[in-house]
Amino acid sequence: MNSNIKFLLPAITLASVLAACTTLPSGAELDKLATDTLKASFRDQGQAKVDRLVQDDANRECSAADVAGKPIDPKVAEAIEAANLKMVKWPTDGQFLGDWKEGEKIAQNGRGKTWSDAAGSENGGNCYNCHQIDKKEISFGTLGPSLYNYGKLRGVANPADPAAKPIVDYTWGKLWNAKAYNACSNMPRMGHAGVLNEQQVKHLMALLLDPKSPVNQ
Amino acid sequence: MTKHSRWALMTVAAGATLLIASHTLAQKTTADGIAEYRALLADGNPAELFEAKGEDVWKKQRGPKNASLMQCDLGKGPGVVKGAFVELPRYFADTQRVQDLESRLLTCMETLQGLNAAEIAGTPFGRGEQANLEGLVAWISSESRGLKFNLPQGHAAEKTMFEVGKRLFFTRGGTHDFACASCHNEDGKRIRLQDLPNLTKQPGAGNGFGAWPAYRVSSGELWSMQRRINDCYRQQRFPYPGYGSEATIALGVYMGVNSKGGESIAPALKR
Repeated sequence: MNSNIKFLLPAITLASVLAACTTLPSGAELDKLATDTLKASFRDQGQAKVDRLVQDDANRECSAADVAGKPIDPKVAEAIEAANLKMVKWPTDGQFLGDWKEGEKIAQNGRGKTWSDAAGSENGGNCYNCHQIDKKEISFGTLGPSLYNYGKLRGVANPADPAAKPIVDYTWGKLWNAKAYNACSNMPRMGHAGVLNEQQVKHLMALLLDPKSPVNQ
Repeated sequence: MTKHSRWALMTVAAGATLLIASHTLAQKTTADGIAEYRALLADGNPAELFEAKGEDVWKKQRGPKNASLMQCDLGKGPGVVKGAFVELPRYFADTQRVQDLESRLLTCMETLQGLNAAEIAGTPFGRGEQANLEGLVAWISSESRGLKFNLPQGHAAEKTMFEVGKRLFFTRGGTHDFACASCHNEDGKRIRLQDLPNLTKQPGAGNGFGAWPAYRVSSGELWSMQRRINDCYRQQRFPYPGYGSEATIALGVYMGVNSKGGESIAPALKR
């Protein structure tokens, strides 16, 4: 029975909470129970440590809104977006665009940051999992909008032209920290979360905005 | 030819056909391809091998107590297997917990057979007693094939676990801010070419939740619901969910209740 006791320890905590009540716990109690359940159920594995369960304001507020089935309070959303925009790291040398061919490789690569990926190995952008990008790639997901003709549709003929600056800045910010423009965006905060580095983001910028990129043909 | 080698041959042949089909008919949805593959195999899902093994494991006297699992109560009384799967997870008075099929089997393996539940929970998928569990879940779910999901929600603990599971389903976190809901909260979405079931309501919940355990062609393995959830969390970039942990059971309640009325096709055949 000893082994059983150890194994069931988190369960017993939950069971005692449950046994004590005949009616459903309040919303706040359920929120706490969910947090406690999460903590008791997960452990470190490889590079995926339990600190990944700690939510920042964006993840906490957006999860709560999803549970309630309501959009997030516009004032809260604004504050989250402002805070995230502040955390965007702009290119240190002022160069926004890299090589679209490298960008395509990063967009294709769905690896990185799981407990089965070696820590320190290069991460991909997972872009095709959710977006159509180069029209030649037919294996694309539909969770995000199509990015085919991304620069062309936005009138970017020359990314270095000052007229293109707002789109260039926005695209960098979106790739670096998607929550800067949409608090509850489903898109990962690629640069902010350390999934992609500055150079990789530059390559993705080129994939989306370089007039020579297949995206803009 | 033995039954086993016939299965192996069919699997290889069918797998090759699926590969060719996926190249020539790339525009077609993956669901169409899989439906075609299922039709090709007709009554030949390799999961049947696991079902046969599972029935043997259930009936065999094993463990320090040299007992079978035939007195295990899966919720419909000791030894009743038929119909049990489509009502799990549910509350069990003896353990005072809501349990899914796998955590319940661990309880039975410990109490009836004297096996060590914690040790089995800590064993990697597919090895040792975990391999026996694959067979057990395949056989037990097959005994409910064609029945409709109807999880009990009468006990306060069952309702509470549904609410906890719902919160976990929408919990964003990890390096990528993903929640289960990031992929499974809308109809008609895909990741790459893979169709994603909307697990928050019917028919998506029944189609998604109701397909596991399943035989996975890509890996040639029988995956239980625990393993399915485990790999979802891996891809979500979350840390590692304990086998049979409360979080995984709560998610099972949430998805299972959302599947109400959906028909169980488990153990199904998957990509």
